[in-house]
Amino acid sequence: MKIIVLMKQVPNKDAILRVNKEGTWIEEGDLSFEVNESDGYALEESLRLKEKHGGEVVVCSMGPQRAKTVMKDALARGADRAIHIVGDQLGHLSPFQSASLLADALRGEDPDLIMTGLQSDDYGYAQTGVIIAEILGIPHATIVIEIDASGDQLRVKRELESGWYQWYSMPKKALLTIQSGISQIRYATLKGIMAAKKKEIREIVASTDGLKPSHQRIQRIYLPEKTKQTQFLGDGDAKRGAALLAEKLQTEARVY
Amino acid sequence: MSNGILVFAEHRDGVLNKTSLEAIAAAQSLAGATGQTVNAVLLGSALDGLAQEIASFDLGKVIAAENDKLTSYTPDGYTDGMEQVIRAEDPKYVVMPHTYLVRDFAPKLSARFGKGLVSDCIRARVDNGEITLTRRIFLGKMDADVSATGESPVFVTFQSGAYRGDQAAKGSGARIEKIAVEVGEVRMTPEAPFQEVKQAVDLSKAEIIVAVGRGIKSKDNIVLAEELAKVLGGDLAASRPICDAEWLPIDRQIGSSGQTVAPKLYIALGISGAIQHLVGMKNSGTIVAINKDPEAPIFDIADYGIVGDLFEAVPALTEEIKKRKA
Repeated sequence: MKIIVLMKQVPNKDAILRVNKEGTWIEEGDLSFEVNESDGYALEESLRLKEKHGGEVVVCSMGPQRAKTVMKDALARGADRAIHIVGDQLGHLSPFQSASLLADALRGEDPDLIMTGLQSDDYGYAQTGVIIAEILGIPHATIVIEIDASGDQLRVKRELESGWYQWYSMPKKALLTIQSGISQIRYATLKGIMAAKKKEIREIVASTDGLKPSHQRIQRIYLPEKTKQTQFLGDGDAKRGAALLAEKLQTEARVY
Repeated sequence: MSNGILVFAEHRDGVLNKTSLEAIAAAQSLAGATGQTVNAVLLGSALDGLAQEIASFDLGKVIAAENDKLTSYTPDGYTDGMEQVIRAEDPKYVVMPHTYLVRDFAPKLSARFGKGLVSDCIRARVDNGEITLTRRIFLGKMDADVSATGESPVFVTFQSGAYRGDQAAKGSGARIEKIAVEVGEVRMTPEAPFQEVKQAVDLSKAEIIVAVGRGIKSKDNIVLAEELAKVLGGDLAASRPICDAEWLPIDRQIGSSGQTVAPKLYIALGISGAIQHLVGMKNSGTIVAINKDPEAPIFDIADYGIVGDLFEAVPALTEEIKKRKA
């Protein structure tokens, strides 16, 4: 079973974000980056499928050179090789544009399964995976929480809203978007880190020339408007804040 | 020339999804500001009853697109059905609720038109006939104003709660247009939806909830939240990462994939406030957030906030409440 895992590098979850001068995106210069959370789970699930059924796990990421950290980490955890679609501005493509470039890069690989996270933690479009499936003409399932690849068909458990689930069967050549928490993510071992140094990262220089124009343009980004006037307590002193809070909850909010 | 707004009404086995009413309200609001008509589309088989229900809203018409292959939802079936309706109607906008079902098929649908969706919008504004849509990005830390450009249709999905379903305007009975749509090969076979286990904990009736997020750092620290919950007579809950890590069972999870709650008091400890969590608790009476990141989105909806170390604040809060209750 040949599995391709699409992984995106996104700003660190705890990073303090600052809007750039133009007001159109965040200042990326001093940010630290990490792998998109649900993509990490997609990798873990791919590795488990490989352990059960044999085959190969290929990681694919798109972005500037810094995206290599994501791929190296995946190789250290057990992926076999990586494909890096290189370009500085690829992070800002529309979902259809990203999907077009990724589909072009993957076509020659002819994988059995393509897996990725259910959405990215930066733009949060939640579309790229599904569009790739449509471009490649393969079936897909989103928000997958369990995979059974032991039969002739693929059987996947999808998460629905409010604690409901549903199983779907489909042909084995498919694309799945993975929900966070599908399994516990392994750590890279020292042996894995050493082995990763010898594994291939193939670079593809992507051309955005032939892409269809994007149909959405960000005018500006800003901090969300507050819906409530928050009373901040303690002024940085957590203990003092706690004492004030206990008082306010009793006398103002009257909740105890 | 493309015209009008087509709104997708989602149902499961003939029961309308409440976010469909929100989508109708959204479409009506856009229509009012842009001088367009709203038509609704339903996909399924035997849609008569449901079409009647939708026709009571202020709409141009209700298109009931039927095919036996649409009895149960599949992305292949729904994409084929919707594509035909859109090509026939040629709307300027296609408005849908940002549900798990729509997330599953709408990107495939928009790809048939060579584009993506403006997904998960929280509001829309119209200036001189031009629509600006606002999306939440970076897990709720930032908002982005987006203009949709290029050829029609523009595909838009709205987040649950962005519009109020009870504000969908009723009309004098919209025309119902029943059409048979073609559906090609459906490659996936769905089984019946089910609930995992009968939920052991029903948090929807809890008056006080103390919820923990990633900031609690380890399973051993959850006892701090437990003690606070105990002194307040409340229940313990968590955001998704905590249940993913199995530090608390999944029936304690608040948010879009867990329970929706509205207690009198909701205390969020080390929860940043991703959209998926907020939709599950934003209607709580009093919201308290304790978080070290002053820009955590949870503070946008909090009544009281403490910016600082929860490991200092929580034990102090528990002690102080104990004293005051004594």
